[in-house]
Amino acid sequence: MNKVRKSLSSASASLLAIVAGLLAGFVILLISNPQNALRGLGTILIGGWNNGMKGVGQVLYFATPIIMTGLSVGFAFKTGMFNIGASGQLMVGGFVSVYVGVTWTFLPGALHWMVALLMGMLAGMVWGMIVGIFKALLNVHEVISSIMLNYIGMYGVNYLVKNSHLFDALRNQTVNVANNAVIPKAGLDNIFYMLKGRFHDASSVNAGILIAIGFAVLIYILLGRTTFGYELKACGFNRHASRYAGISENRAIITSMAIAGGLAGVAGALMYLAPASGMHIHVAEVLAAQGFNGIAVALLGMSNPIGIIFTGLFIAHITVGGSYLQSLKYMKEIIDVIIGLIIYFSAFSLLVRDIMRRVARRGKEKDAAAPEPVKEEVER
Amino acid sequence: MQDYIIEMLHITKDFPGIRANDDITLQLRRGEIHALLGENGAGKSTLMSILFGLYQADRGEIHKDGKPVQVRNPNDANALGIGMVHQHFKLVHNFTVLENIVLGVETTEHGVLKMDQARERVMELSQRYGLSIDPDAHIEDITVGMQQRVEILKMLYRDNQILIFDEPTAVLTPQEIDELMGIMRGLAAEGKSILFITHKLAEIKAVADRVTVLRKGAYVGTVQVADTSVEEMAEMMVGRKINFELDKQEVNPGKAALSVRDLSVAGRHNKKAVDGVSFDVHQGEIVCIAGIDGNGQSELVYALTGLMPLQSGQVLMNGEDITQYSIRRRNDLGMGHIPEDRHKYGLVLDYDLQQNLALKDYHKPEMQQHGFIRFDRVRAHAEDLISRFDIRSAQGPDTVSRSMSGGNQQKAIIAREIDIKPEVLIAVQPTRGLDVGATMYIHEQLIKERDSGKAVLLISLELDEVFQLADRILVIFEGRIVAEFAGKEATAQELGLYMAGSRKENA
Repeated sequence: MNKVRKSLSSASASLLAIVAGLLAGFVILLISNPQNALRGLGTILIGGWNNGMKGVGQVLYFATPIIMTGLSVGFAFKTGMFNIGASGQLMVGGFVSVYVGVTWTFLPGALHWMVALLMGMLAGMVWGMIVGIFKALLNVHEVISSIMLNYIGMYGVNYLVKNSHLFDALRNQTVNVANNAVIPKAGLDNIFYMLKGRFHDASSVNAGILIAIGFAVLIYILLGRTTFGYELKACGFNRHASRYAGISENRAIITSMAIAGGLAGVAGALMYLAPASGMHIHVAEVLAAQGFNGIAVALLGMSNPIGIIFTGLFIAHITVGGSYLQSLKYMKEIIDVIIGLIIYFSAFSLLVRDIMRRVARRGKEKDAAAPEPVKEEVER
Repeated sequence: MQDYIIEMLHITKDFPGIRANDDITLQLRRGEIHALLGENGAGKSTLMSILFGLYQADRGEIHKDGKPVQVRNPNDANALGIGMVHQHFKLVHNFTVLENIVLGVETTEHGVLKMDQARERVMELSQRYGLSIDPDAHIEDITVGMQQRVEILKMLYRDNQILIFDEPTAVLTPQEIDELMGIMRGLAAEGKSILFITHKLAEIKAVADRVTVLRKGAYVGTVQVADTSVEEMAEMMVGRKINFELDKQEVNPGKAALSVRDLSVAGRHNKKAVDGVSFDVHQGEIVCIAGIDGNGQSELVYALTGLMPLQSGQVLMNGEDITQYSIRRRNDLGMGHIPEDRHKYGLVLDYDLQQNLALKDYHKPEMQQHGFIRFDRVRAHAEDLISRFDIRSAQGPDTVSRSMSGGNQQKAIIAREIDIKPEVLIAVQPTRGLDVGATMYIHEQLIKERDSGKAVLLISLELDEVFQLADRILVIFEGRIVAEFAGKEATAQELGLYMAGSRKENA
């Protein structure tokens, strides 16, 4: 009962952030092109549905990596750490899985993509673990080291791609992975398509979305049901008390960053093991945006793995919607602005949630378990 | 018509879910020492914070010299001549005494500090009221007693007429307390009006003219101290007759359960926080380490429990050398620890009660299977402890620990630490901030552990507690054990001398 009410109030704070972000976005639409503003907002809200089942498929496709990076960031949050390095972990994981996908052709059938995915995950884990080890043993703040590792990862991957047989110099990107290494469609293309005459115009969706949801459930169980999750969360809430209870804080920091990195590595693998949809590792000096969108997804989802599935879908939904804005003579970057606004408001939503909780408490009489009043006052 | 300098009339203050002050009236006469008595959580601090302008009352008025005034912030209070010595001093540690006193009201000429004038005035005040200080010493280098005198001088320097002392004796030795009482009498004789917040009855009896008693946020009454016995005041404070006597059997110590050998812990500034300490705690006895806060007690406990590395020495439990053991291994060997700071160490406040009660057990086979927590067991364990130790909370095992009262949080910690059936129980200020009822309960539990043959090491700053519980008393001063007494032998005066470091003995 208590839990339900709590999660409801968290969700309503997130919703509030979304509404506020959309309203602010609407103002921007109004400024840049007043006539189409209302239709523009509608387009954003309709999102993938603008384009029938194919659009929905696109939403699922775009949601896949940001659900994974959202899980990565959210998982680290639960252990009290801010993993801003999902972007680098994603690149490194993506590169290793592409490498395996192109090179290890001796792997038979479906085993090939599975191994490629696994290796991508392991690579992400290593990249995340470095951050954890630095923090645990040398007390280097995770934000600093993971930002630096973002760049090391990005430039390192660029270097490796350019100087290997993976490089397609003509397109300045990686070559296609072997057919066996492509994430299977799992029949999803037969659901999410658009009929063009007799031709099935399938969306890019693949089994990746199912894998992402599977990971979310796994993380949910890990955090909520296991002694391991109990320890990690205890460290996140209060590392002093965790130490007092005999939990090894260093171990918790390292493993949790490794897992966060692994999740981001899977994000990279799922992105780049789908060459048919046009995704390749480009040699460009840009950090992968999915890593940062993961922060928004995690914040909006209150770091709850199940919540993250939904917020990931939502961000993908308005991203796809935003891409249709171009037909209304808007720059498609406007949707990035709106997502940015939603991130800001979701950071505020923590504040909003506090205020709502306080109002709710004022409403009803409290029992013997009243908090110490002085504490309450200090925040005022 | 009485000559009241400050009146707080019918003050009511609500916090979310709790009425901290309910129609409280407090009238302070000019030149009197007026005690404000109540247990923790009775609303004393809230009332004083309203007077000092930190909170606003929801209802009621404040009168100064019979006229209503508004106190919206501490600056207003200052302008009205109200000053406060907070329980935790508000001093800048790397400033000198003089700089701290003038801070905020510096005399300047063309933007240049005129410290000489300030120094003259401070020294004059210091002599007039017998507040000996060294104006050029840095705060971090002087004793707590002198820091308190600096706080008092700060008020006098600002010409405050109404002086609030918030639990001023908590950090002092018995000798320093006597000195402070003398200072307070002197201030009152000079016409200052003093509000003295405390829950120690003996001090009220010693120094106050009148006392106003609060209980659970409500006004109980104001009485003349001279006409009221300590027992009557206690009854007003608690609301029922209380028996301060504890049932305690004769001590019957067994073999040493905890042995500390030449233990040293590094401290700040290249000093040792704990310096070559050795002692034993036997089965079936309560050994109490008495001392003034900050003399190495915390570091000693951290070293014993594994929270802090030690420089040298040995810790043995039942003869087993545990010096190098991890915290988990010490816990599992049977070391219970009721920590000094229950919010920092004792509880994960965002976990619910059942998860906190499992904090030391969750990894044991009773609570988990293949790494999965058995929530039914965790709940059953919590329900058992809740009923056995009478832990009260809004939603039982599901209550978020943060929302529980301090006393019940502490009960939860004690329940958990006793439930692991410790060989050695280390309790650090286990009753800090708790009301009389909860304190009595916790004392009973500690004695029960002792009577069942457990070794109890108690670290306490309250001499009353030390005398009530200890079978043996060790006095710690600057990281060394400077004296040892059998529980019955010691007197407060004698302990005080050792606590202040003015007498030493090689124990």
